[in-house]
Amino acid sequence: MRPLSKKDLLMKIKELKTDVGTIKDLEVSFGRIFDEEWEEPVGPTPFPSITDLREWDFKLLNRYKPFYLPFCDVCCLCTFGKCDLSEDKRGACGLNMAAQQSRIVLLACCIGAATHTAHARHLVEHLIEKYGRNSPLDVGGLNIDVEAPVTRLVCGLRPKTLKDLEDALDYCEEQVTHLLSATHTGQEGSNLDFESKVLHAGMVDQVGMEIADLAQISVYGFPKADPEANLTDLGFGIADISKPTILVIGHNVPSSIGIVDYLTDKGLLGKVEVVGICCTAHDITRYSRMAKIVGPISWQLRYIRSGLADLIVVDEQCIRADTLVEAQKVKAPVIASSPKNCLGLENRTASPPKDVISELVEEKVPGVLILDPDKVGEVAVETVMAVAPQRKKLKIIPEIEEIIAAAQECTQCNECMRACPNNMPIPEAMKAAAEGDLNPLAEILESCIGCARCDSACPNDFPLHSFIVKAGEDRLWEEKFKMRVGRGAIQDVEIREVGGPVVLGEIPGVVALVGCANYPRGGKEVAEIAEEFAKRRFIVVTSGCAAMSIAMVKDEEGKTLYEKYPGSFDAGGILNVGSCVSNPHIAGAAIKIASIFAKRKLRANYEEIADYILNRVGAVGVAWGAMSQKAASIASGFWRLGVPVIVGPHGSKYRRMLLGREDKEEDWYVYDARTGDKVYGGPAPEHLFTTAETKEETMVMIAKLCMRPNDTTKGRAIKLTHYIDLHKRLYGVMPKDIHLFVRNKADVPITMKNEILTILEEKGWKERRIPDPTLLPRLIRKRKGD
Amino acid sequence: MGVKAEPWQKAEIAGPKKALLILKPEVVAAMVKRAKRPLLIVGHLAPEEYSDGTKMIDYAIRMSRTAGVPVVATAHTTSEFVKRKFHPTAWMSAMDIANRLKDPEWSGLDGRGSYDLAMFMGLPYYMEFVVLAGLKHFSTDLKTISLDRFYNPHATWSFPNLSVKDWNENFETLLNKLGGK
Repeated sequence: MRPLSKKDLLMKIKELKTDVGTIKDLEVSFGRIFDEEWEEPVGPTPFPSITDLREWDFKLLNRYKPFYLPFCDVCCLCTFGKCDLSEDKRGACGLNMAAQQSRIVLLACCIGAATHTAHARHLVEHLIEKYGRNSPLDVGGLNIDVEAPVTRLVCGLRPKTLKDLEDALDYCEEQVTHLLSATHTGQEGSNLDFESKVLHAGMVDQVGMEIADLAQISVYGFPKADPEANLTDLGFGIADISKPTILVIGHNVPSSIGIVDYLTDKGLLGKVEVVGICCTAHDITRYSRMAKIVGPISWQLRYIRSGLADLIVVDEQCIRADTLVEAQKVKAPVIASSPKNCLGLENRTASPPKDVISELVEEKVPGVLILDPDKVGEVAVETVMAVAPQRKKLKIIPEIEEIIAAAQECTQCNECMRACPNNMPIPEAMKAAAEGDLNPLAEILESCIGCARCDSACPNDFPLHSFIVKAGEDRLWEEKFKMRVGRGAIQDVEIREVGGPVVLGEIPGVVALVGCANYPRGGKEVAEIAEEFAKRRFIVVTSGCAAMSIAMVKDEEGKTLYEKYPGSFDAGGILNVGSCVSNPHIAGAAIKIASIFAKRKLRANYEEIADYILNRVGAVGVAWGAMSQKAASIASGFWRLGVPVIVGPHGSKYRRMLLGREDKEEDWYVYDARTGDKVYGGPAPEHLFTTAETKEETMVMIAKLCMRPNDTTKGRAIKLTHYIDLHKRLYGVMPKDIHLFVRNKADVPITMKNEILTILEEKGWKERRIPDPTLLPRLIRKRKGD
Repeated sequence: MGVKAEPWQKAEIAGPKKALLILKPEVVAAMVKRAKRPLLIVGHLAPEEYSDGTKMIDYAIRMSRTAGVPVVATAHTTSEFVKRKFHPTAWMSAMDIANRLKDPEWSGLDGRGSYDLAMFMGLPYYMEFVVLAGLKHFSTDLKTISLDRFYNPHATWSFPNLSVKDWNENFETLLNKLGGK
């Protein structure tokens, strides 16, 4: 366990003259003043080290065993290698394939956790510098008492001001360093211990993200747990392109806020369009109603090449590495604003803004690095106003005649299709284009993730992605949607109202649709999943690119899901919590169900709360287009809390699943906390991390993974109804495992009673008791013989 | 017919141990006949129509009926089988069936033990790639065959990258050869 006390007050005295002599360079630091007002005692694991929760991890890993899916047979991480690890060989360092794969997963999660933590550190430092260390934290006013459920749970801290966040950040940084060090050659040798560290990285990641969103909500005045947060414009066609347009891309919002503030201060609101892609777009629309969202990360190239942005500001994370190259083609200057993404540009932070602006306007430089968000605001706005009239929305999207001419030269070599992550039939579409029919190319845009690997692969150097964009241009311009901006946290009062129904199973589940836009067949499927479960009265929570994709479908009346469904944390709601760093509000809701509804102690009591969530809170995460290392660490944070995660088919490339085996009865026993008896709890949830091949499979799996051993009979009957109904509709048959989920006859959905009772009889089913489930012996209230 | 052992998605490089090319479909027929416990796993792309109007799922059904090979339908593919009046032996996620196949103590779909030959078709290429890798490294005594139109290097055996026409011809030959079982 890491000690609680941290430096809080540092006193430096250059020279102190006293009666007894002179003291020079005296430095005294006082330990952190502990929160004496917090009545809740510190739980067993404040600031847990990388091994403090190992036993809990092993309980999970014993049930949900890793299934590794290597990319290749070798390890190439040190100069011993490459080492061939096939056929049970060990590398020169002694590592085998299982350990190597878990090591890769740990590396990915460390990257993710470091990214969010560094993001949080940057935000907190920036906000402290600008607004002071004593700026109060407020994520929901009187509606929220538990302001930082993850930080309270993990660290045992109750942050009240910005400075309180520094302790938690120190902890995150220390843990990520330890975890990353474990991946060095000759460190960890056990795949299960690597896996435990993966879970630790995910937990730390949740703290880092929570801090980032807590700080920005509080200081920037984002919506504070507001179910009726405003609707914002989203889509390729939302900007008024007659105006100078600034495109912001990334995740870390201060530089974008610098732009909006400058426009406001100078009375220029309405003169310049500010549009965003990815999570910076989420957060700038949480800050200002004048900002708009273009779309998810896959919209980067199509927007830049279309020439609509007169200036591009990038901050950090998930930004295309060739942004500067692409921007130069359309003569749009670039401002890089993050130390993590300098793009090779000269650092002009200290230069007078006028000099920088004139160099950009006169095209003496293609872009600059400016690490002061306020200065970014001034330079971006003044530059774009001068550049826009001379650029005249210069684009590099070709005309139809050029596409047809190129298509007629296409040799049908298939290199584009073989490079396409989704194996899209580009050669066939080119064949049609050669005949003047661009519809097949336009159809490809629907499923295109915007990676442009087709461009790179084409031996004729045809800009195939641009061809696809041109072919689908009409549809792109029609993209005008409404999305409810990120509301932030879930109110305590909402938790009080739904905690019971969720835990008892009467609200059949909480479905979190999160993650990136690496979809197998376009973002429409995410919206379809969201609506299916909102209609079924699940609670649908969303964030990041997935939240944007959910907005990008309209019904016959022209309404998006955000206009049709309420934004409250309640049955049938579809609520957008915000950007990537808002994900801990989803984990926080599950934690708050345990703490506020069930009154479990929260402070530094990780294991018990996770045990509660695993056994009682029917929550499932779905990252249908998960792409990044951040998505891996976000998922990992949910696994340790006992929340299963489903990824789309591309998620199989994370190279490790955590799978339960419903056919192994011995894996599914839990303690009945009332008696200490071991009781069969059923495969609920069956998996902790798995890949679904199709949207239909995901829907069935969501319904199934929402079941928990604690469900009441009424709740289990409701959950079974959804599972069986979806299974019959989408698979065309009854599920084969119903008998594993029926504990007694009252669990059987009344409308399917006869059919299910027949199945139970065929399976030799026997009634069993519903436990008060736990995996932790210390939570058994009364043992036999007591 | 192409004969290069080159992954369809070019970056999907497997490593030193990669699939042997099936240059003659008779090889597959012989392996199926020799296998004590073969299994055919069919993914959701199988019902998609090829340019000549054929569908992999129809070949899967014929193969199962001809050689008596049990079928596991992954994802929601079972609904497509049922529409064709064919009931697969089981349906489960691709991850679930692969996770069971790597377990030498698994009692199988019929309680009669684990399998010695697993054939795959109709999964997304990149997903089948990693599933086959998992089986290559973590199963014991299991041979795998990729029956798709594309070379998938983590299998034990794989067709090379084939045109629709060549793939259809290969499968017809395979079914003819299996007919004798």
